[in-house]
Amino acid sequence: MELDYTPQTAPPVRDVDGPPAVHYLNNDYGWLSWLLTVDHKRIGILYLVSVSIFFLFGGLAAGLVRINLLQPTGAILELDQYNKAFTAHGTIMLFLFLIPVVPGVLGNFFVPMMIGAKDMAFPKLNLASWYVYIFGAAFFVAVLLIGGLDTGWTFYPPYSSKYSHMNVLLAGLGVFITGFSSILTGLNIIATIHKMRAPGMTWGRMPLFVWAMYATSVIQILGTPVLAVTIVLLAVERLFGVGIFDPSLGGDPLLFQHLFWYYSHPAVYIMILPGMGVINEVITCFSRKNIFGYKAVAWSTIGIAVVGFLVWGHHMFLSGQGVYLGMVFSIITMLVAVPSAIKVFNWTATLYQGSISFQAPMLFVLGFIVLFTIGGLTGLFLGVMGTDIHLHDTYFIVAHFHFTMVGGMMFAWQAGLHFWWPKMTGRMYSDFWSRLAAVTMLVGFTLTFLPQFVAGYHGMPRRYPYYPPEFQMLNILSTAGASIQGIGYAMPLFYLTASLFFGRRAGANPWRATGLEWQTPSPPTMHNFEELPIVTHGPYEYSMPSRYALETGPETVHENGHTGKEGAKSGH
Amino acid sequence: MLLAEFGLPLWPVQASEFAVQSDQLFIYILAVTSASGIAVYGALAYFCFRYANKGDGRRTPRILGSHKLELVWSVIPLMFFLSFFAWSVVLFADATRPPEGAREIFVVGKQWMWKMQHNDGVREINELHLKIGEPVKLTLTSEDVIHDFGVPAFRHKIDVMPGRYVSTWYKPTKAGIYHIFCDQYCGQGHSQMVGRVHVLTESEYADWSEGHKTDAPGTPGDRPTDGTPAWRGQALFLKLQCITCHNNVYDTAAANTSNRAPNLEGLFGSVVPIQGGKTVVADQGYIHESIRYPMAKVHDGWKPIMPAFPKSQVTDDELADVTAYIHYLRLGKLPKRTDGTAAPVGAPVGTAKSLGDSSPIINPTPAPAPAPAPATPPTTTPKGDK
Repeated sequence: MELDYTPQTAPPVRDVDGPPAVHYLNNDYGWLSWLLTVDHKRIGILYLVSVSIFFLFGGLAAGLVRINLLQPTGAILELDQYNKAFTAHGTIMLFLFLIPVVPGVLGNFFVPMMIGAKDMAFPKLNLASWYVYIFGAAFFVAVLLIGGLDTGWTFYPPYSSKYSHMNVLLAGLGVFITGFSSILTGLNIIATIHKMRAPGMTWGRMPLFVWAMYATSVIQILGTPVLAVTIVLLAVERLFGVGIFDPSLGGDPLLFQHLFWYYSHPAVYIMILPGMGVINEVITCFSRKNIFGYKAVAWSTIGIAVVGFLVWGHHMFLSGQGVYLGMVFSIITMLVAVPSAIKVFNWTATLYQGSISFQAPMLFVLGFIVLFTIGGLTGLFLGVMGTDIHLHDTYFIVAHFHFTMVGGMMFAWQAGLHFWWPKMTGRMYSDFWSRLAAVTMLVGFTLTFLPQFVAGYHGMPRRYPYYPPEFQMLNILSTAGASIQGIGYAMPLFYLTASLFFGRRAGANPWRATGLEWQTPSPPTMHNFEELPIVTHGPYEYSMPSRYALETGPETVHENGHTGKEGAKSGH
Repeated sequence: MLLAEFGLPLWPVQASEFAVQSDQLFIYILAVTSASGIAVYGALAYFCFRYANKGDGRRTPRILGSHKLELVWSVIPLMFFLSFFAWSVVLFADATRPPEGAREIFVVGKQWMWKMQHNDGVREINELHLKIGEPVKLTLTSEDVIHDFGVPAFRHKIDVMPGRYVSTWYKPTKAGIYHIFCDQYCGQGHSQMVGRVHVLTESEYADWSEGHKTDAPGTPGDRPTDGTPAWRGQALFLKLQCITCHNNVYDTAAANTSNRAPNLEGLFGSVVPIQGGKTVVADQGYIHESIRYPMAKVHDGWKPIMPAFPKSQVTDDELADVTAYIHYLRLGKLPKRTDGTAAPVGAPVGTAKSLGDSSPIINPTPAPAPAPAPATPPTTTPKGDK
């Protein structure tokens, strides 16, 4: 007797039913209906549009940096302009793109749907957090327009408090305000996960993406206030000359670094954990397997979030902090590397005996694993104190964190976007172009950042507009790779936009995925679920018979997609 | 080989004891991480080919995990990570604790230059001369913002903080010229806060420590290294007006021609004919004597017109400095006090013949490039240093 493992007890939505007559995109029109919406799905779209715009700005700044590095004495920019360009790249990409991208877009859109809720716990707060984000981002835009910022994204005093010009305060205000957006989103997601889960959605049955969002939100709530405090202290020093960080006023510049990295190291986990969550969803679906070691992956997520708060000092081995303090940070860094390793191994093991198909989301996931492995392993060189002496502040570290942030988070974001695009819009994008984009990004990325490891080991320092001529060829390779990457990132803009108008109807569940969010029509209706779903088992039962799990394509649905029994038989 | 064509050696040059040790740890971590990375990629590639969806609707097995396997791939990496940690702590402690009796050098960073001061008073800017095999302790501080004193060839680096002193040490083992980089972003001129470490052999170092610069001797603007006895001696040489007669201008029309006294360039150590048909070796004793009692031994062919400089005018210390300067002059570096004096750095070049001249006298460099010499080629053969 075959059981139906489709994870709900309410009648499922079938592809043959077509898109709903009224869904979240067409229930209301006009820009006010978007700007005043409290629907978590529409807010997700607002975030999607805004982070994409900021990604474009950040990418243009990166382009300026790379073009300038074509020549040892700077191809196009003055020294000052170069400093502003890399600062703009860093601040925009980190504060306005990487931190909000997955929590803001995918978290907002899919956390409620994945746990069977109709909306976030605090829908108005949710909209408020987007407005706070835009308000904070406005300060960054203002800084760009009135002459830029040249402190680097790290804002180290006394350079930032005494020697740089006044835009530091304005940018700091931007960081301060967008931080609150991050806190509010985190608060909302935690409350949603605690209070809004559908019947039967126990903690052990939550999709791992939800676990990752939970861990991320905890970091956002606990870490971001420290950054806010740090920025306020910096402002107090700049405005009133109170000696907090500037030694000539009696302050301690090391204090800033401690406070800054106390937030900013966990912040890199704010950037990577949601990405790792996306990987779990996609890799199980495209290999038709349960995740290997659900508990290990879930707890390693929490482990990274907790231990991630205790390693900030590994950014400061050479800053003048004590050797024994450095040793403590170094050994905890070795410990936090283990959960990341577990995740990579578990993802690889998930593929074992699977039935793997290679649509664009899966290609992005494979790219993620390949690049994140390099990013993670090169982190070991920097986390141990002996080799960090040489590699500190060179291009080695630039390459390392781009492998984790871009190779990791950017690829995970693309995987998530491509995986859930049909659900968000109800349309399928071009299979060919999306796969080509994945390959282009992977090739471009590798060509950009592998040479930087070599340059870094030969000693090329970061943030150098001028550099010794022997590094020129490596920089040319890097810039060539960046151009390819730029093409890769531009491609989705075109084929995803085209899919909105010309794409074929996706159906409710084009990937035959098991998550609750796929048991509603695409695009989802206003309140996600017509009837309250009741969850009876874990999130990744791809190997069990169900209405969807064994069907191979939308076309089979017409013939035998009506009951789980038939669906199961057709699979044999 | 590929890198060599880019102007970089295949492996960056190891110019200190620590560089070798650091590279050993690096290679160990590189080997372990490469092996594990290749294992992951191998498994990934194999699974992707072996278990690719062939459209046969095959049911996948319901594998939920394996605690044993997870334990294995948690504990084994952890053991390796801890071995990295243990090794690196030893290395770090070694790299940051100067040995007893290391010669001290003080370094001050400021926007955007490095000022070095040796313990014997010698001062340098953006240059650091070290003797091969001699451990030196650097004590560093910053005048303004945070800098970082990094020497890639030594695999060494330390943040230089305002308001506090940090120290580190090197034991250079390979002669050559290497980059100094500021590695901590410090503002507009960050990338121009660069310099060079010169690791010198024993003899080169002795030469340098007495005042000779090792690069481009005799070029315009050349003078003894700041703080050396020869540098003080040069100041005295000008102050005491020695140069008015002892110069190298033989044009009688010039303001201060040198037809009154011999040019001292290349004098030291040479054999001097003196009046009376004898000769004398121009050593330290002879020069002391000639300053205190010029009439004792007069250079053949010159009038005995030099005034005496008793102790009331030139102390013994000053005498030693002047002698050091004359010693320094044996390679020929007397400053010229004529129209031919080298223009100050940055002064306009007024000697270009015409605008259309395709080969100007001084080639303009493209922008104020730092363009320090490549870190790689050592000035001497490395084999002799071992």
